[in-house]
Amino acid sequence: MAELVAVIASTHHPFYYRASTATGEDRPPFADEWVRKVEAFRETLTKARPDVLVMVGSDHFHQLWLDNMPQFLVGKAPFYDANWHNEEREFGLPRMFFTGQEDLSAYILREGLDAGFDLAFSNELRIDHSITCPIITLRPQNDLPIVPIYTNIFAPPLPRPQRFVQLGRTIRELVESWPADKRVAVIGTGHLSLELGGPRQFGPHGPDPEFDRKAVEWISSGDIEGCLSEVTLDSLHLPGNATHGFMDFMLMMGVAGEGAKADYVDTYDLFHTMEAYFTWYPDGGVA
Amino acid sequence: MSKYLLNKFLFTVDRDPELVERYREDPRGTVEWWEAEYANRLLSCHGGEASTWLRFEDAEREALAGHDYPRLFELGAHPFLTLTLFIAMFERDHEPMGFQTDYARRLAHMTMPYPDIAT
Repeated sequence: MAELVAVIASTHHPFYYRASTATGEDRPPFADEWVRKVEAFRETLTKARPDVLVMVGSDHFHQLWLDNMPQFLVGKAPFYDANWHNEEREFGLPRMFFTGQEDLSAYILREGLDAGFDLAFSNELRIDHSITCPIITLRPQNDLPIVPIYTNIFAPPLPRPQRFVQLGRTIRELVESWPADKRVAVIGTGHLSLELGGPRQFGPHGPDPEFDRKAVEWISSGDIEGCLSEVTLDSLHLPGNATHGFMDFMLMMGVAGEGAKADYVDTYDLFHTMEAYFTWYPDGGVA
Repeated sequence: MSKYLLNKFLFTVDRDPELVERYREDPRGTVEWWEAEYANRLLSCHGGEASTWLRFEDAEREALAGHDYPRLFELGAHPFLTLTLFIAMFERDHEPMGFQTDYARRLAHMTMPYPDIAT
């Protein structure tokens, strides 16, 4: 059976690539510390020596659109092109190309359907920054095959937070029952409090530092129950109008498990939003 | 209300560099052309299979024709789509992050709960 060697939850800040590669006057004052933190975070994945990456993110109205909107979608393709015109234009992200772990995609789809998740699939999926950003930060050599899984945190009606947690638990079960001699890491990205296109956007810090503090505590202590007791689809409007992306963190808490304390926690309070990085090693250490 | 169609305008213009420039330079003309020629395109299908029923309400058409992004917010257009397209059109006219912070200021009158964006 496959082994789940690392569970990683992260924000996916599209400005990191440009900030980290800028030089001279173009380099923002927060870049050096950001790079230091990201490189330390990267080491937590490197140490786990994964063979395959399951990547959980959310399409930002790139390929998935309101005329045909899936709630949860698994990519099943031998290859994936990545990043979109408007991500090059606004964030300076490069075009990227991935190899798919198609047999794991097929396994997750078949077994996920049988486990009660009516998963959509795509045989030709162009991936966006919710998945390319963590590759840039965590695996810049981009040398591992992936299974992309998209969630709808963007276009209501959305699945409820409980459903994200349940899907996370199921993803873990499926990875651990996949009959392959592979080391698998599951990496998911979302947001803490975030506002986009509203009056609280691009402030001196995230729109709701108190929410961010509680969110980091829930995630780092694996307090799924406490998180679910306070977080609803309605409540997520309050910390910022794009905060439903936090549900991808809740999905990753489901992968890590109830009460699972993160083995690595770091945050970085940037203008606009707080960065947050978490790693769990399911067997308590790195083999 | 046709929030879906507002979003469809923002979505289809944003991903087409020529349309982004055309909408920046001639907002009213672009909106009128788009509503007549593009609004009913079913995006993954050929022209013979276009829809027949999609049109803007007057307030929506005016908001788009006026580049009035605070009004688009009030009408329930998806804020991410609006922000992305308007950054593409107008960020170039401002200091770094200046357009984004000005955008927030122009929405400062909005209070919770924000307009419903469900389509």
